[in-house]
Amino acid sequence: MYTQALNSSDGEDRFVEDATRAAAFQARIDADERIEPNDWMPAAYRKTLTRQISQHAHSEIVGMLPEGNWITRAPSLRRKAALLAKVQDECGHGLYLYAAAETLGSSREELVDAMLSGKSRYSSIFNYPTLTWADIGAIGWLVDGAAIMNQIPLCRCSYGPYARAMIRVCKEESFHQRQGFEIMLTLARGTEEQKAMAQNALDRWWWPVLMMFGPPDQASQHSDTSTKWKIKRFSNDELRQKFVDATVPQAEFLGLTIPDPGMTQDSEGHWRYSEIDWTEFKQVLAGNGPCNRDRLAARRKAHEEGAWVREAAAAYAAKRESRRTAQAAE
Amino acid sequence: MATPNSPLWEVFIRSRNGLAHKHVGSLHAADATLALQAARDIYTRRGEGLSIWVVPSSAITASDPSEKGMMFEPAESKIYRHPTFYDVPEEVGHM
Repeated sequence: MYTQALNSSDGEDRFVEDATRAAAFQARIDADERIEPNDWMPAAYRKTLTRQISQHAHSEIVGMLPEGNWITRAPSLRRKAALLAKVQDECGHGLYLYAAAETLGSSREELVDAMLSGKSRYSSIFNYPTLTWADIGAIGWLVDGAAIMNQIPLCRCSYGPYARAMIRVCKEESFHQRQGFEIMLTLARGTEEQKAMAQNALDRWWWPVLMMFGPPDQASQHSDTSTKWKIKRFSNDELRQKFVDATVPQAEFLGLTIPDPGMTQDSEGHWRYSEIDWTEFKQVLAGNGPCNRDRLAARRKAHEEGAWVREAAAAYAAKRESRRTAQAAE
Repeated sequence: MATPNSPLWEVFIRSRNGLAHKHVGSLHAADATLALQAARDIYTRRGEGLSIWVVPSSAITASDPSEKGMMFEPAESKIYRHPTFYDVPEEVGHM
């Protein structure tokens, strides 16, 4: 659920191939009409959306890995059932999103292969490890919380299939955040050790979560077209600020400390956070985060080990089809 | 790594007794049985449905959105098909 950082478009392909049609297209966008798969759209709009939606889909699928790590070690049956349901939801979200991306003309196989070959990205947040059970709480509370901030405006995105997929995703997402917060609350009200574990998870996840919203507005040269096309409705910094303002009181309620001693509240009530370390963000995007290699290796392994299932299903369908054709010919 | 493209299916779900099946999305599956099972897992994880239809996407014939003007013109011009076209005196009451 994690696209904001990924929705950048290539500079060079932002040409207008047909001025009249492009103007009519922009007029539809300006009138808040939804664009549907068979409608005419500029090539760059198609390309930007294919990239954004498929990377969003990859993020859902790769996002299953850090959490899946704790399913067998969840502290109770209740927690285990909830975590399993959450991970199943992430898979479902990935599939809704792949289906939406495919309406733009790429096949599922092409999209998946682009991720497995490392050509297409997924959200950098999943390149961080889940070291303790508290990380599962922190992911639900913070990562899903940040994702919800990003995704709610996407429900009004100009591209119909994407907007509709996001509506389904958002409906399911609020359970994720609440289950995470509940884990944090239980730990925060537990023993000193449990509280320390919750604090440690917050310390490690806070800054990477703020980076999920993408580069600061002045450094993000691609936002203009996405805003003009109503793919993006709020800037990275606006969404990041909204998230921080919503999260600070929640951390206070938990009795945990946000790892930013320089944070102050301004006269309008906004919490002003310190400078984000963007070199870390760039390093993780470039493939040098703590888990980049593991994540891709795990996806490749799953894909390869599932190949016989896909082949068997296709062979069985082909056999039944040929039998049907033979019977019809008799 | 490339695998042959698997067929696309459109999924329709009847959410409650008495309602029509409604389009909810699409999925890939090798055959109809697998498509039904996948539809259950992808689209009804929270009791959203009583019944599922899956239809091969290739079996759908669709109108062309760029010709919607011509396609729907016959209805546009016939305002007398709507009850509000007709004047009924207020004294007559609800009709």
